[in-house]
Amino acid sequence: MSIFLTENSKVIVQGITGSEGRKHTARMLASGTAVVGGVNPSKAGQSVDFDGTTVPVFGSVADAMKETGADVTVVFVPPKFAKDAVLEAVDAQIGMAVVITEGIPVHDSTYFWAHAQGGSTRIIGPNCPGLISPGRSNAGIIPANITQAGKIGLVSKSGTLTYQMMYELRDIGFSTAVGIGGDPVIGTTHIDCLQAFQDDPETEAIVMIGEIGGDAEERAADFIKANVTKPVVGYVAGFTAPEGKTMGHAGAIVSGSAGTAAAKQEALEAAGVKVGKTPSEAARLMREIVGG
Amino acid sequence: MDLFEYQARDLLASHGVPVLPGGVAETPEEAEAIAREISAPVVVKAQVKVGGRGKAGGVKLADDPEAAKARAQDILGLDIKGHITHRVMVAQASDIAEEYYFSYLLDRSNRTFLAMASVEGGVEIETLAVERPEALARVPVDASIGVDAQKAAEIVDAAGFPAEVRDQVIAIAVQLWDVFSKEDATLVEINPLAKAPDGTVLALDAKVTLDENAAFRHGEHDALEDSAAADPLEAAAKEKGLNYVKLDGQVGIIGNGAGLVMSTLDVVAYAGEEFGGVRPANFLDIGGGASAQVMADGLGVILSDPAVKSVFVNVFGGITACDAVADGIVSALGLLGDEATKPLVVRLDGNNVEEGRRILAEAAHPLVTVVDTMDGAARRAAELAAS
Repeated sequence: MSIFLTENSKVIVQGITGSEGRKHTARMLASGTAVVGGVNPSKAGQSVDFDGTTVPVFGSVADAMKETGADVTVVFVPPKFAKDAVLEAVDAQIGMAVVITEGIPVHDSTYFWAHAQGGSTRIIGPNCPGLISPGRSNAGIIPANITQAGKIGLVSKSGTLTYQMMYELRDIGFSTAVGIGGDPVIGTTHIDCLQAFQDDPETEAIVMIGEIGGDAEERAADFIKANVTKPVVGYVAGFTAPEGKTMGHAGAIVSGSAGTAAAKQEALEAAGVKVGKTPSEAARLMREIVGG
Repeated sequence: MDLFEYQARDLLASHGVPVLPGGVAETPEEAEAIAREISAPVVVKAQVKVGGRGKAGGVKLADDPEAAKARAQDILGLDIKGHITHRVMVAQASDIAEEYYFSYLLDRSNRTFLAMASVEGGVEIETLAVERPEALARVPVDASIGVDAQKAAEIVDAAGFPAEVRDQVIAIAVQLWDVFSKEDATLVEINPLAKAPDGTVLALDAKVTLDENAAFRHGEHDALEDSAAADPLEAAAKEKGLNYVKLDGQVGIIGNGAGLVMSTLDVVAYAGEEFGGVRPANFLDIGGGASAQVMADGLGVILSDPAVKSVFVNVFGGITACDAVADGIVSALGLLGDEATKPLVVRLDGNNVEEGRRILAEAAHPLVTVVDTMDGAARRAAELAAS
């Protein structure tokens, strides 16, 4: 088992004909993902060739779903067009939309989040690396060859810290690693992933990586206390970040005394989470828990 | 991007929100001229992006143009909590019968927008929210619906605005939503929203924050940027399209990915505790690609920072494998030539790491030390910065 993404997931790519979409579709295919189609309204009926695999391009998400049975879309379209692309995916009632695009205006992401409420689409991101269930499927840009399938679940706001942790614990392996994204408004939260990992019989322990900004980690800590019985190891980035400065991710900002790394660490520790001082220390703590 | 009050006021006025006549001045003479045009008592207000300017002497009344000039003279150059006053706003003074509060903001926690309103304005809203939360109405706004007259009435009634100003405040609430949504703001805050003795409701002070991600559809927002206040290194980095934040330490940092770079800063600060409090000198995320040119640009900016004593290059080879990153570092040092003068500690890990380390070992650049772990490399970089 894994969460959100399995070997049966059928993936389409919105923006498959762009350079990023093309590059990462090739990588998804190479890691065994069933990429069954792409979407580009002006290139419907064409196809894109990936080293022997031909992927058909459809004019809309709805068409692609009808023809291929796709249940996951990965969105690479530029910020200007991302809102419409996600709305289209939501309106087509696709099961999951993984929004990789960085730099989407927060009015647009807040809009498509509101629009998706009550619908059937799980949104991951935006501004995220996507998610991977190693050996099964890879929806996004996470490198597949740095880890293997295993019993740890990982949820993180940061892409490269996800990769770092997957690599450090590659001998133990991961059920699913989810990069939820570094924007102020994201679709799937730490809490959603914690709940799914708690319910997933294959996941034995969970690594949760947070960073400055907002109160998602504090909320996750409350959730862990009340609902998660599996061991959780945490890491929080941004202790040295100055107040009022955006640190790379649009959402990574300490505002006044809100959103500090110290407050997040404290909340997690109070919920029984072991928090590493560095990513490597967090990996060691996880190793102590699951062995290996 | 936070706006100055005068910029916020102009933006509000352009959407029809009632404000008092006024203008912005960089010299006492300009302040005098604006006051003359208004031909009524004015208030001279320091334009700084920090609260508490009234208490710091940054807001003064002036009865005539000469007094406005004198007050501007007093206020220009004033240091308010570390912010030097370069401009003053000169606005018609208004008698205030009542002070209210109104704002729209992004509510990250609930992934929605929020309207906040109170009939007890003019005070620090954070204080009011803590001490008398019942006096502050908080009404979520569905981003896919927005605020029309009906929604505005709901907000205004939730805050209990008096009947005689209700219609005016509803109209202003709709106009403010127009500012918030059409300008891609994450905060529009009016404090105070004031009732003048004649019953007119006006926005007397405003805070506006704009979303930089939306810059592509607001070319006109470029002009609002306070380039004079930007750190010169940050300005140089921005010109090269680098994601750089200047900090106050001695170890220059380059990494790929915002999270990994933030983490690198922390790890350097921990390691630096052992070496007399060595700290990171900057945040610099060169992104997933980590090409030679970007690496050279990044190193160029960091090495031009006189505070930097050593540099820590921390790259995880995921999408771009370590051999490509190592090639990038070697080429970057070649591009920089004699400009590369400070010791570099490089930590590479991930895809093709052996090949990456081999490339660096073969190049044997005298300034480069390769350390295999992030914690170990941070320690070495801190040690080098302290020596």
